Amino acid sequence: MPSSSGYFRTHYDQDLRFIDTRTQRYCLWLLLAWLAIYPFLATEMLLDLANQVLLASVGAIALMLLTGFAGQVSLGHAGLLAAGAFTAGILFKEFAAPVWVTLPASAAIGAVLGLLFGLPSLRLRGLYLAVSTLALHFIVAYLGGEYEAKRGFSSGIVIDPPVLFGWVLDSAQAWYFVLLAASAGTLLLAANLLRSKTGRAWRAIHDREAVAEALGVNVPAHKLLAFVISSSLTAMAGCLFAYFRGFVSVEAFTLFLSIQYVAMVIVGGMGSLLGALLGAAFVVLFPYGIEWAMAILPIPTRWSGMVFAVDYAAFGLVMIAFLLFEPQGLVGIWRRMQNYFLLWPFKQQLMRK
Amino acid sequence: MQTLINILVLASIYALISCGYVLIYRVSRVLNLAHGEFMMLGAYGLLATASSFGAHPFAAVGVASVMALLVGVAIYFVLMRHMTGESVLAAVLCTIAVGILLRGLITLTWGAQQHYPMEQLGWVNSSISVFGDARISAASLGLIIATAVCYSGLFLFLRYTRWGIQMRAAGQNPLLAAQRGIRLNGIYALAWGLATFTGGIAGMLIACDSGLQTTIVTIGLKAFPATLVGGLDSLLGALVGSLIIGTAEVLLINYVDPLLSDVAPFFILLVMLIFRPWGLFGTREEIDRV
Repeated sequence: MPSSSGYFRTHYDQDLRFIDTRTQRYCLWLLLAWLAIYPFLATEMLLDLANQVLLASVGAIALMLLTGFAGQVSLGHAGLLAAGAFTAGILFKEFAAPVWVTLPASAAIGAVLGLLFGLPSLRLRGLYLAVSTLALHFIVAYLGGEYEAKRGFSSGIVIDPPVLFGWVLDSAQAWYFVLLAASAGTLLLAANLLRSKTGRAWRAIHDREAVAEALGVNVPAHKLLAFVISSSLTAMAGCLFAYFRGFVSVEAFTLFLSIQYVAMVIVGGMGSLLGALLGAAFVVLFPYGIEWAMAILPIPTRWSGMVFAVDYAAFGLVMIAFLLFEPQGLVGIWRRMQNYFLLWPFKQQLMRK
Repeated sequence: MQTLINILVLASIYALISCGYVLIYRVSRVLNLAHGEFMMLGAYGLLATASSFGAHPFAAVGVASVMALLVGVAIYFVLMRHMTGESVLAAVLCTIAVGILLRGLITLTWGAQQHYPMEQLGWVNSSISVFGDARISAASLGLIIATAVCYSGLFLFLRYTRWGIQMRAAGQNPLLAAQRGIRLNGIYALAWGLATFTGGIAGMLIACDSGLQTTIVTIGLKAFPATLVGGLDSLLGALVGSLIIGTAEVLLINYVDPLLSDVAPFFILLVMLIFRPWGLFGTREEIDRV
C-alpha cells in the first residue's frame, strides 16, 4: 500500500497483518466468493484453464521463492516437476501407493534433489548455478526416460485418479477445489515464510551476500533451505500434475517448460508473490490467446498448421519485450495502475518498491 | 580406429560450436544460451542460399556465412546493447528469449520437416576411407578442417590483429578499454558476429552431414558443457573440453548405453562444477565476478 495515498500504519501489529484495510477485506471476501462459485458458472474449457493456472501457480510460487526472493537462479524447474511426477507414477505403478503416500514422497524426493543441486550454489553464483540446475533437468529427464524404457511404459505411465477420503477425484470441478486449496496453501506458506526470519534472510542474501553474512545470516544454510523448500514444493506440484493429467511421460517435461516457469517469474515481476500468480496465469493462458488471435487475424494459411511455432515466436517476443521495457513485470504495471487511482487527480510519481 | 574418428568428428563439432560461447562470454560476460539457435539459423541460411545460388555451391556457402555474421551483429545492436547495465541474469534470459523466438520463426519459415542442403548444393557426401578400414564422410572431414582453420584463425586474430587485441582488452576490463578509446559497442558486436559466424559454419556442416531439422538445436546445447569444462573464457579450454566431452560421449554410446549420450555431457559438467567450477583453463576470479 503506497504511503503517498495518506494511509499510514500507526501500530506495529498493523505491520504484521495480512489485510489491513476494510477495502482489502471486502475485496478478499468478494474474491473468495467468486472463486467458490466459479466452477459452477464456468464452461468446461474455462474450468480447465483455471485448473491449469492454479497448478502452474504452485510451481511459479516455488520458483519465485527461490529466484525472486533468495536470488538463486534455476533453469531446472521442469526437472523437479518431472521428479515429482515420476515419483508419483513409479510409486503408483510399482506399489499401488495411494496419494497420501505419493505426495509426501514426491516432496521428500524434491527436497533431496534440492539439497543435492543446491550444494553447488554454495560455491557458485549466478550463471554457473543456472548451468548446474540445467544439468539437473537433463539428468532427471534421462532417469525418467530410462525408467519408462526399461519397464516398458515407453509411451508414458498411466495413473488412476486419486482417492481423497473415499472420494474419487475425477471431475474437473473436484480438481478445481483441490488445486485451489493447493495453490492457496502454497501461497499462504510462502507469504508466511517471507514474513519470518527465513524470508528476511533470503532477501538479505539476494541483495548482498557479504552484508547478509555480516548481519549474522547463515548464508549457506539459508541458500540450501531456499533450494529445499522450493524444490519440494515444485515436486509436489509435479505430483499433482501427474494425477491431474492421469499420465506421466518424460516428453511433458521439456526444457521449454523450465523456460516457461522462468518466464512466469519474469513476466509476473521478480520478488512478488502476486507476480508469481499473474505470471502463471499469463504464461498458461498465452498459447490460448495466440490460438484465438490466429483464428481471427488474417495470417498465412500455411502457418495455421504450426500453432506451436507461432506460439514459440510470440512467446520469445513477449519475453524480450518484458525484459527490455518492463523489468518489473505485470506487478509493476499493476502497481502503477494502483498508484494512479490512489493519487488521482494528482500526477503519479514513479515509485520504487 | 573408427571410434577414434568418431571421437574426432564429435569433438570438432563441439569445439566449433563452443568457440562461439567463449567469444561472447570472454568479451562481454554474457552467456549466450541462444547459440544453438544461431547455429540452426546458419544452417537454414545455407538452405536458403542453396536454393537461389544452386549453381555455385561455394558462393552459397560464402553468402550464408556472411549472413550468419551479420545476424550476430544485428542481434547485438538491436537487442543485447540494451541489456548492458542490466543484471547478468536478465541478459542471459534475453538470449533464451531470442532463442525461442528464432526457433519459432525458423519453423514457420522452413517447416519442421527434414531438409538436405548438401543435395541442394549439388554435392555428394561421399565416404572417404582413412587409415585402412575406418571411414569418414566428406562433410565430417570438412568439419574437422573448418574447426582447425577457425581455431587457428581465432588464435592469430586475438593475438596479433588490432581488433583481436581490442577484444581481449574489452574482456579484461571494459572500463579501462573504453578509456583507452576502444569502441566497446563495435567490439561487442564483432564478438557476436564472430560467434554466430563460427556457429553458423558448424550448423551448415552438421546439416550437410546428417540433414537439417529443428532438433539440431540440442547439439548446440550439448556443446555448452564442453565449453564449461574447458573454462568459459578460454578458447584452448573449449578445444580440450570438447575433446573430453566428445570422447566420453562416443565411448559411452559404444560400450554402455546409447541413451546416455544426451545426458553424459551434463554429468561431466556437474562433476566439473562441483570440483573446479571455473573449468580446466578458465580464470578463477571469474566465478566471483558473475
